[in-house]
Amino acid sequence: MKHVLVARMPSEGARDVGGVLSSPYLLEYTYRRSVGPVVGRFLAALRDGRIEGARAPGGKVIVPPSEYDPETAAPLVEPVEVGPGGVVTTWAWVSSPRQGQPLDRPFAWALVKLDGADTAMLHAVDAGDVAAMKTGMRVVARFAEKREGSIRDLACFVPETGS
Amino acid sequence: MSDPVTRIKAKVRLEFTATAGRDMSRFLTSLLDARIVGRRCPSCLKVYVPPRGPCPTCGVFLGDDVELPHVGTVTTFCTVNVPFEGQVLKLPYVLAWVLLDGADLAFLHLIQGIEAADVRMGMRVRAVFAPKAERTPSLEAIRWFEPTSEPDAPYEAYSAFL
Repeated sequence: MKHVLVARMPSEGARDVGGVLSSPYLLEYTYRRSVGPVVGRFLAALRDGRIEGARAPGGKVIVPPSEYDPETAAPLVEPVEVGPGGVVTTWAWVSSPRQGQPLDRPFAWALVKLDGADTAMLHAVDAGDVAAMKTGMRVVARFAEKREGSIRDLACFVPETGS
Repeated sequence: MSDPVTRIKAKVRLEFTATAGRDMSRFLTSLLDARIVGRRCPSCLKVYVPPRGPCPTCGVFLGDDVELPHVGTVTTFCTVNVPFEGQVLKLPYVLAWVLLDGADLAFLHLIQGIEAADVRMGMRVRAVFAPKAERTPSLEAIRWFEPTSEPDAPYEAYSAFL
């Protein structure tokens, strides 16, 4: 944890009642965590520029893969490649992105149901303008140029051209 | 496929601005002059240091400033044995609740100048301030507390503050 304390000069009006101090704080934990075999395989596929889900015993394809089938609790062991295109099932527009978010310009958080998947995954859609967003629109994955086995290897989704 | 990923970076980061408020700002600014200033509740007469706006018991705003001495009593404490990133003190060291003479609220600070194993409840301690040029308006203006040579306070003297 790092923290820095500085005194902010009180405004003219505030001086009568004494200075009020404020300071920027940075609270940071540099965790690393193990991901387990299922998510590890999903992330390795992203590093290769592919999106993989897992097929449940009932036939449903779950993306991102969970370790166990939410319906039967059976281990999910059969990887299935999905996408890279998909459909936005719901979304929310972010007009002022914050530091650390996937894009540094306005974007949409969206649930994207990839082609071949039965569940939708949360990711960013780089649509440029809120007017370009629509439930049911088709999008396609855009991968980062430099990939390291992280969800950020999938940089974002973009509207499919010609849709 | 290529080797599976086993670990990811999962950094938690929170950037924010902390505002001390009027009473706390007065306390912090006073530390620059090596003064420890609390405030008294006009209703129950308890002295709070650091002061935090209203009295939590009476719900009224605190009244007059009360300057407190630099000496007090360790009410309770813990010994830190676990290393962590950014640690500056040599392990093991002690963090203690210090009840300044005349105060009705203890506050947390470091104990130095004594082996960690020798720190005890009731131990009398004195604030050691940083050199004036190095002081900032923060609790770090007090570097730590160190033992005085007085006898320990009896349990009854601080039992109401545990």
